[in-house]
Amino acid sequence: MTRRPESTLERPELRPTDVTRAELEDLLYDEAFLLDEWRMEDWLALWEEDAQYVVPTNDNPHADPDNDLMYINHDYRLLKGLVVRLNSVHAHREYPWSKTRHIVTNVRVAGEDEDGVVHGDAAFMVWRFRNKDRDCFVGHYDVRARRTESGLRLVGKRVTLDAWTLAPYGAVSIVL
Amino acid sequence: MDLTEMIVERTDEGYFAYHRSALTSEAIHRAEIERIFSRTWLFVAHESEIPERGDFVRRTVGRKPLFCVRSRATGEVRVFANSCTHRGATICRHDRGNAKTFQCFYHAWTFDSDGSLIGVPDEETYGPTFDKSKYGLVPVPRMQSYRGLVFVSFDPEVEELVDYLAGAREYIDAMMDAAEVAATFSANGDGNGASPDGWSGPLQVLKGTHQYGIRANWKLLVENSFDGYHLGPTHQTYFQFLKDQNVEVSPSTGSMKLLGNGHAVIEYSGSWGRPIARWAEQFGDASRTQLEALREKIIDEMGDTGYRMAELNRNLFIYPNLFVMDNNATALRVIEPTSVDYMDVAQYELAPRVEDPTVRKVRLESYVTFAGPGGLATPDDVEALESCQQGAASGVEWSLLSRGYFSEEPPMSGELQMRAFWRRWQEQLLAGDLVPAA
Repeated sequence: MTRRPESTLERPELRPTDVTRAELEDLLYDEAFLLDEWRMEDWLALWEEDAQYVVPTNDNPHADPDNDLMYINHDYRLLKGLVVRLNSVHAHREYPWSKTRHIVTNVRVAGEDEDGVVHGDAAFMVWRFRNKDRDCFVGHYDVRARRTESGLRLVGKRVTLDAWTLAPYGAVSIVL
Repeated sequence: MDLTEMIVERTDEGYFAYHRSALTSEAIHRAEIERIFSRTWLFVAHESEIPERGDFVRRTVGRKPLFCVRSRATGEVRVFANSCTHRGATICRHDRGNAKTFQCFYHAWTFDSDGSLIGVPDEETYGPTFDKSKYGLVPVPRMQSYRGLVFVSFDPEVEELVDYLAGAREYIDAMMDAAEVAATFSANGDGNGASPDGWSGPLQVLKGTHQYGIRANWKLLVENSFDGYHLGPTHQTYFQFLKDQNVEVSPSTGSMKLLGNGHAVIEYSGSWGRPIARWAEQFGDASRTQLEALREKIIDEMGDTGYRMAELNRNLFIYPNLFVMDNNATALRVIEPTSVDYMDVAQYELAPRVEDPTVRKVRLESYVTFAGPGGLATPDDVEALESCQQGAASGVEWSLLSRGYFSEEPPMSGELQMRAFWRRWQEQLLAGDLVPAA
């Protein structure tokens, strides 16, 4: 079944896709669940090996990761490094582990590109509680996903933060 | 507690400690703003951030809202108090941009990029003697630039910036000279290669700023930023990452040098790669040829200094609140004390004005892998400082900075640089009329 993109905002570079919003939601909800359960290896398994996880700085939301300073620009190798870190008792900012809650909503499927990668977006709120810290990250996901034998898998996630600066919390030490 | 008693030093036993109320006392915090941040030179911006006439950036320096603009008339950098001379509203309301004029939104007074008042609605109602030239934007009392680094001082009597920088100058010079070799090298004979926005200095600030808050006193980040002792224990997960990239990891070793006026530098070996210019496994093969050729060029042109610039890492402290970090990549770290137990940090990454794309890629990755709020290391520094701030409320009164007291050659992992910082701090606080109660 071929459908129009769910977004009412046309993206001419994309063609219609048969991936439904529910499928993309399932992927994002699974991701949120695994992160909140701190099941980092299982979370990594949601990613394809050409992964790119990007967080631009608050002051440069349209950043070009090849030329600009980002908070995070991780390929699969670095995501693996991050998983090792977050499982370590030496990740002092996150050990003892924070409690987090990833809330993902406003999910839309925009279409797929010429390589068959599905593009979509969503809004998020991520709460982080640790000792006296109560941090809330709010923003927008741009997601790219690929249909594989084991289901829809993440290829890209770009996390744009709404706050003007990263304060009062001084770190993005969890996965958003 | 009397300020004179806040540092205890016993030379015979090699003991140095400061009283932790220095991290928690509101009175001391106010005194710091008045006596340190209102009297020394403070970094405000890098000239490459405002390359074109009319370009501006907004900053807070020493608790004061300012903005820097490149004059449309002369091309020179001007720094003004960000406040309308009429009733005080802030004039510059964007972090950066380009403007022909600056108009206060409140009553529409308009100023040009040299601060002159050029528009007052219903000007005649102020009477015949009203003189617009008396109501221009107020420039900071002093503003000077050294090799692209713009500093301001709120003290009209402050010494010249070049004198203030003292021994830090030769380090800034050497880093800039090495960056100039890198920029020229990357331009591939295409003249000196101007950056796309026309900046011609060796280094330019990249787009994107790491701006974050830390719930700790600002002096804890000063200590942390040139502390060679904490690397192993605090940043174990970073070194684990390097090992997992087949980097041969050995502990950093190196020296520390006091540079006068509270400035100091640690210079040390590192297992990681450097974009200027030391290739390492974690960079991958794509950048290897380029980086090895650049390294040779820098050593060729600058001799022993070139070798140090290419091979060794530096954390250069410009008292009281600027670090020029030249390790995983090159960056400026500016520490702004916001209150006694909270600071704002701004980090700007610097790169040669022209750079090979493969090297730019490893530069960006190298920096954010370690540093910044999303790195594998900086979040643990933030944790350490917030932890120290919490500990300061415990009733335990003294923090110990005696490490390396008897070392004849101060090591990078010693604490002499911190002792010098705290002595300079105390000296400046005592230079006033009042001794604040702790």
